[in-house]
Amino acid sequence: MSTDSQKNIHHLPVLEFKSSTFSVPVLVLANNDIITIEQQLQEKIRQAPEFFKNSPLVFDLQELNNLDLDIHVTDLINMIRKLGLLPIGIRGGVARQNQQALELGIPVHSGHNARDGGYAASQSGTDAVSTAAAAGSQKQKAPEPESASNPQVATTSTVLLTHPVRSGQRIYAAGDLIILAQVSAGAEILAEGNIHVYGSLRGRALAGVQGNTEARIFCSDLQAELISIAGNYKISEDLNGASLNQPVQIYLQNHTLVIKDI
Amino acid sequence: MARIIVVTSGKGGVGKTTTSAAIAMGLAKKGHKTAVIDFDVGLRNLDLIMGCERRVVYDFVNVINGEATLNQALIRDKNCNQLYILPASQTRDKDALTQEGVGKILDELKKEFKYIVCDSPAGIEKGAHLAMYFADDAFIVTNPEVSSVRDSDRMLGILSSKSRRAEQNEEPIKEYLLLSRYSPDRVKLGEMLSVDDVQEILSLHLLGVIPESKSVLNASNSGTPVILDEKSDAGQAYADIVARYLGEDRPHRFIDEKKGLFGKLFGGR
Repeated sequence: MSTDSQKNIHHLPVLEFKSSTFSVPVLVLANNDIITIEQQLQEKIRQAPEFFKNSPLVFDLQELNNLDLDIHVTDLINMIRKLGLLPIGIRGGVARQNQQALELGIPVHSGHNARDGGYAASQSGTDAVSTAAAAGSQKQKAPEPESASNPQVATTSTVLLTHPVRSGQRIYAAGDLIILAQVSAGAEILAEGNIHVYGSLRGRALAGVQGNTEARIFCSDLQAELISIAGNYKISEDLNGASLNQPVQIYLQNHTLVIKDI
Repeated sequence: MARIIVVTSGKGGVGKTTTSAAIAMGLAKKGHKTAVIDFDVGLRNLDLIMGCERRVVYDFVNVINGEATLNQALIRDKNCNQLYILPASQTRDKDALTQEGVGKILDELKKEFKYIVCDSPAGIEKGAHLAMYFADDAFIVTNPEVSSVRDSDRMLGILSSKSRRAEQNEEPIKEYLLLSRYSPDRVKLGEMLSVDDVQEILSLHLLGVIPESKSVLNASNSGTPVILDEKSDAGQAYADIVARYLGEDRPHRFIDEKKGLFGKLFGGR
């Protein structure tokens, strides 16, 4: 930073903090053998090289730690970087693993049910670590859409409606949205999780609105004006005749909406 | 316990005022003391349809503003002494209505009347909002065409979220579908939505179908609610609707095509 620009800093704000939500792939490990992991990861990347190229990645050690399998985090991070991925977070690690990650500039995410193998830190304690880590890293950390991907949280914020959603009405659910009646044309239903409509779906349905690409839409009679999952949408005109008026499920596959009979 | 009925639709020109006049007259004819209020401030029509336009002295807005008492403003119907009309003001606009003022008048009317019919203006703005806000029952008047059905759906959404009953978490407004200007011949030709089409879109309890009828225009022009024209199909349809609303079990009519001469002779009705 030059001395010239430093003079202005006192007068004009040159930065601001904003909160933003990203969708990031999470690498869940079930084995602590780095070589096997590398081979299988390589295989996955080969299947979709463009998708994984320079892709940010959070690795999740929860399952490993549940199985009491230790892993050398520094080696793991180096291996991930070598394959062209950019690790931006560790989740579900024990204190020592988190420390190793931090030393390499990888923020610690307070994973769901984070296990603190012997360290006995409270949940709020791990949160503090992760916040500090985020502030310390050069890169803005990407919080995962946890409420949507985690079924335990989703059940608590599920919205259930038994009456029709009429034209002009807008329903938002922080988790799953279940509607036991019709959704009229001109109505809009949004959910961070899945959407179920056990009646005619004639309005707009947007699932995974916070970026959860795993979210799905289920309906017993598809006549929607628009369907969207994690921002990938199709309008009524794009829906082909075969799926119209049918009971279907809609999900994302390689960034494309797939409509399938159920 | 008095019931407040709102006659509403969202869309204009579907027959709200005709329906309000007919329903109010029908209820009064059955011996229930009924008031009908014109909420269409600035575009008042109900008094014309009821044939009392030359007897209007004070109006709804005068009562809200305390310039007249309710009894001064209410006009007794010349055909039925159980029916009273509260006309709208023609020189004001909807902003003259306040929620508090409307609530006060309705509370006062509830003490004296069995049924209070609120004739809503078209649209979903203030006038329509206040007409439905205090309602116990809603008559959704819909024409068998897509824009009218869509607007009715929108209005149903407003009824279920912005009414007093919705806001106070009481039992929701009872909603009834009245399909007006229905022409079975045109339905058969595919020019008009059928009863089933409309019910599928709105999924609403059908209170009655009112056929497209010359008698409606004649009744409006002469200032007598069409329900008094007992020979007309529309008049009979409204009589059925009132009876069904009051709990009578009457089969639906006017849904199928008119029968030919032989059908009329041998098919009953």
